[in-house]
Order: sequence, then C-alpha cells, then structure tokens
Amino acid sequence: MVNFGFSALEIASVDFDKTNRKLAEEIALLEPTFSTCISCGSCAGTCTASRFNGFSFRNMCHQIKLGNVTKAFVESEKCMLCGKCTLVCPRNVNTRNICRIVRKAANN
Amino acid sequence: MKFHPFVLPFTIGLGFVIIYVVAKWGIWIYRLPKDQKGKIYKNIFSLKPILAAWEVFLESLIHRKIYRKNFLLGYLHMSLALGWFLLIVVGNLETRIFTPNTLNPPYLPIFFEYFNNDIPEALNYRKTFTVIMDFLLLFVLSGVALVFFKRIKSKALGMKRTTRHTVFDRLAMTTLWFIFPLRLLAEATTAAIFDKGDFLTGTVGKILIHSSFPVVSFYMIFWWAYSISLGLFFVALPFSRYMHIPTEILLIFLRKFGVKEKKQHTSFTDIEINSCPRCGICIDTCQLSSNLGINDTQPTYFFTSLRRNNPKEKITETCMLCMRCVSTCPVGIDITSIRNNQRKKEQNFKEFEISNLNGSNIQPAKVAYFAGCMGHLTPSVIKATTKLFKEAKVDFSFIDEDGSICCGKPLLQVGEEKSAESLREKNRELLARSGAEILVTSCPICAKEFSENYNLEIPVLHHSQFFLNLVNEGKLNVNESGKKVAYHDPCELGRGLGVYNEPRELLSHAVTLVDSKQEKENSLCCGGSLGITNISAEQRKIIARNTLQELSQGVTKTIATGCPLCKKTFQSVSDNYKVMDISEILADNIEQKVEVNCPEPELEVAEF
Repeated sequence: MVNFGFSALEIASVDFDKTNRKLAEEIALLEPTFSTCISCGSCAGTCTASRFNGFSFRNMCHQIKLGNVTKAFVESEKCMLCGKCTLVCPRNVNTRNICRIVRKAANN
Repeated sequence: MKFHPFVLPFTIGLGFVIIYVVAKWGIWIYRLPKDQKGKIYKNIFSLKPILAAWEVFLESLIHRKIYRKNFLLGYLHMSLALGWFLLIVVGNLETRIFTPNTLNPPYLPIFFEYFNNDIPEALNYRKTFTVIMDFLLLFVLSGVALVFFKRIKSKALGMKRTTRHTVFDRLAMTTLWFIFPLRLLAEATTAAIFDKGDFLTGTVGKILIHSSFPVVSFYMIFWWAYSISLGLFFVALPFSRYMHIPTEILLIFLRKFGVKEKKQHTSFTDIEINSCPRCGICIDTCQLSSNLGINDTQPTYFFTSLRRNNPKEKITETCMLCMRCVSTCPVGIDITSIRNNQRKKEQNFKEFEISNLNGSNIQPAKVAYFAGCMGHLTPSVIKATTKLFKEAKVDFSFIDEDGSICCGKPLLQVGEEKSAESLREKNRELLARSGAEILVTSCPICAKEFSENYNLEIPVLHHSQFFLNLVNEGKLNVNESGKKVAYHDPCELGRGLGVYNEPRELLSHAVTLVDSKQEKENSLCCGGSLGITNISAEQRKIIARNTLQELSQGVTKTIATGCPLCKKTFQSVSDNYKVMDISEILADNIEQKVEVNCPEPELEVAEF
C-alpha cells in the first residue's frame, strides 16, 4: 500500500472485498429504491417501534450495506410494518418491501 | 326401450360428471371443520334451505348480480343457464307425458326429437310442447349469439378485459358453443325428414330442404356430433371453469347455513375457489389493472393458481386488499380472506417483542381514543378530534398519546399472524388499563382490526360514528358552511366495516356533499394501501391522482375522507386539491360555546 503518511482507522473502515454484499445486492435487485436511500434518517425519526424496541430502518440498511447481515436480521424482526416510514421518506424508498425481503432472507 | 348408439357419448359424459361432482361435494363437506359442520346440522331443518334455493334460482339461473353490471351480459348468462335448465325440465315433462313409462333413461329427454317420430302429432298438448321447446331453444341460441358477439366486441357487454383461459377452459367453452347450434341442426334435419317441428326447427328444416341440403345423409351426423359435444363438455367440466356451475349451488347453501372462511384455509376455501367462474369481472374492477396495467394477479388468476395448488408468491402478494373485487364478484366469494390466509401460509415469523411500553400515562376514562400510526402522521387530525372531544365535554383518555404501538393490521395483511397477535396482546392490556366503555379510533384500519380480531367486549367506533352520535344528542352544534365537498370512502371503513352513511350524514351538517360515480361499494382506493408492498411510490401516485380526479368531478377542489392514510396519500399528489379529514371539517365548523363564567378582569390602577 502506498504510504500517504496517514491511514484510515481499522474499525472505522469497510473493506468491500471482505464484507458480505450478497444481501445488499439481492435487495437492490428486488427493490431498486434501496439504492436511492440517502440515509437521512426520516424513517428512524418517525418510527414508533424505535421508542419501544430501538428499531431503526436507517441502521438496518446501514448494516446491510456494511455486510453485517446477522445484525440486520435481528434489526428487521423489530419492525411493525406500519408504513409510517414509507410515507415520510423523501426519496420514496419502499421501506416496507425492503423490510419484508430482509425478513424472508432471515428465515431462509 | 328406445336406444341408438349415438346416445352413448352423452350418457357416459353425464355419468362421469355426476359421479365426480357428488364425490367432490361429499369430500368437501366431510372435510369441513367441526364447528362449521355443526352449523349445517343446526340449519338444515329450518327455513334456510328454502331461502338458499331461492337464491340459487336468482343467482345461478337468473344471474341477478350480473344484470346489475350490464344488461346484455346478464341476459347472456340468463339465456344460457335458465334456457338450458328449462329445456331439461320441459323436455323431461314432455317425455313423461308422451311415453308410456314413468322412468325413462337419462338420454331420452335430451334426444327426444330423434326418438319421438312414432308419436302422433295430434295428441293433446303435443303441439304446445313443440312450440315451447322451440322457443326455449331460440332463447338459448340468442345467448350463444351474444357469446360470439362478446368475442368480437366485449366492451358492448361491459367488459373491457376478459380472462386468459386455460386449455381445459377453451375445450369446454368450444364444446359449449357447439352444443346448441348442433341441437338445432339435428332437430331441424329430423323435422325436415319427418315433416314436423315448429317455427324454429320446422322453418330451418324447410330452408335446408329448399337449399337442397342433403338432410338424409347428414341428420345422423348431427345427432352424433350433438351427443359428442355434450359428452366432451361434461368430461371437461370438472377440470374447467364450468365446475362453478355445480359448486356454486353448494356454496350458496353452505353460506346460507352460516359457513364462513376461517383464519386459515378449510375445505370451504376449496368450495369457494371452485365456484369462481373466471368471468373476469374482477379484472376491470381492479385499479391495479385499470391504472397500472397489472393484469395477471387478479382474483380470477389467483384462484386458478390455487386450484392447481401452486400459487406464485407474486400473484398472492400483488393485491391492495381494497376489496373492490369482493363487492363486484357475481358469486360473492370472500376473496380478501382467502388471499390473506394464503399470505399467512407463506410466512413464518417469530413473535414480536415490545420491551419498554407500559402505558403509565393512561388515565381511566369512559372513552378511549386511539389515533393509530397514521393518525400520528397527521397531527391535524388528532388536534381536531381532541378539540371536538373537549367541546362536547367527553370524558376521554388518549391511550396512544405517546405514539403507541401499531394495531397489528399491517402485519396481518402481509400474513404475519403471530407477530400481529403479540401486538394485539399489548394493546388489549393498554385498553384494559383505561377501563373505557367505548373505543374510538381515527383510523378505519385500526377500527376494523379492533372490532374484528381483538374480541373486545366494548364497542369500537370510528370517529365519524362517534361524532354523529354527539351531534344527534345535541352535544356538538355544527354550522353549515355551504362549501362543496366530495367524500372519499376509505376501503376499510366502507367495504371493510360497512360504514357508508354515518360520515355522509355527519358531513352534511357542515358542508354540501358532491356525489361521485364511484362511491360506496364501488369507491376507489387511494393507492396508499398497506396490503401491498411491491408497487412503487410512483405507481401509488398514479392511482391517487386518478382517484382524486374521479372524486372531484371538476366540481370541487375539497375532498373529505375518514382515513388518515388516505389523507396522507392524497396529499402527496394534491397540489390543486385540499384534502381534509372529517374531524377537521367538523372542528372548523362547530359553534364555539360561549363561556359564561368569564368576567372581564378589572384594571387595577395604581395610586401614587
């Protein structure tokens, strides 16, 4: 590696060669709006479930993109599918469908 | 006994179909759950079978519900069903009267014109029967002519789209087309040879002779062809859409006895899916078809795949559960319940955990108010509702003020029964804490879930029902504003709970309602449905735009609705429209009661 005189922290960096991108790719294929998410957090902000079990849609997507599939699966079980996040999303991400795809993947 | 080998195809086919149908009926009834069987035993010796028989006559023979859709389409079905039925009944009577035996082989009434050449024409009523039979045949043939016309121009019969049929459907349909023209030809050629027949068969026979058609060499061929087409139709019937003919009779009887869809598939589901005639009326009704061009997931295709036991997930999932098809289905199949139960089969989820929700702020009160998730997304609805509660001095407790959990309906709609049940458990607990005698919700989705799946002992009302009571009791005084408003029936409130008139009556106190073509049972869905997850936001907007246009009719720009989800969905496309909840319109137009005990504060003047 070229020495720039500085480097990224190991814990703060993501090595896309090593992470499990399979789920992220599958979701992007089944629900293309997954890729348009800008991680603004409106979904997590409006989420009622977050107040009672700490669910965050934004965090779930984040974990999927990082390849932490197990964490994403655990997170997905907390969603009530009430659909508030779908209605507030400024990028029209089909959040409920993404949640369902993740849950299905968790069960298979 | 009169016999000729050409009757064999018909007789074998008839025997097959009778044995098959009786066996199927037996299996279905045997497999019904115990409590449903109990309903049959309880009701079979009552007035209900008679009422059911009357309904069979109205629906299976007259086809009353199809008449409501389109006159020609209704006539088409009536002429084929009632006409054929009467041909059989009158034919049987005829054979009884004009043959010495009381018990005749089953083929004799069908091919009576072939076997009756030795019966003298001069017998009493002989002529009358010939005329009646000719008239009935003409009646059926007029239906067959309409069938061909429908092939060319289905729009004239009120059908924009028709169903894509399976191979067996096509086979059965083709034989059905040929049965009656062949009967006419067979009877006409026979009439020409033996110089009999009446205005139809006689005339056609004479025309054939005059056009030097070789009637003698052809008449046996026609009888054979007629018998074969009947036989083929009967053999194909159990595997084609025409299975609905015998199944629908059973369905109507069972439904009259109170048998219903349960929370999972039962053999009643088999009866319902076999009662689907694949007429395709549900395709035109479905907004996914008319607005988005999705034409392969409608109930007719869903049931076809269920009959084959391989429903594709995409077909089961692609439905808004708006229940428009249920209200137009001529057979009255409980389509939404079957689809919901099918979705449950495809899911396998764990129970839901809610750790820190204790509802400590819930106060005991007479009325519990539940705004629901969608209510919380539209704070103006909550504000208006609580304002009205306070104005009418209602003793209420806002049980999900801190943004409580969901009612469970969205989870149920995607088939996650178990997770939904754990949410219900929690909500029951919260509701019990308030000790309320009535539950009022802002959201019809919640109202339906609470009243249907919670087994609550207290009444569940949508806020429009509750406020109408308050207005009627004189606790709320509403002023007429003279504004023109169109009312949008939310799916769950209207078709779901049957609440059509209360919101209209309530609104008419405050505004002037504009009628819409598509209202009440036929009202359109806003497109925001939680029952579907696989359409995009753009597609939802297309539906919402169409519905808004249909509602406003170019007359008004203000739309009233009773569902916060509808309001929210419309708002995303309503640049030129104003969408308001019923409670908001009401809150804008109530007469503020003048506070009496409010003396003007005296000014204190300081002395220096």
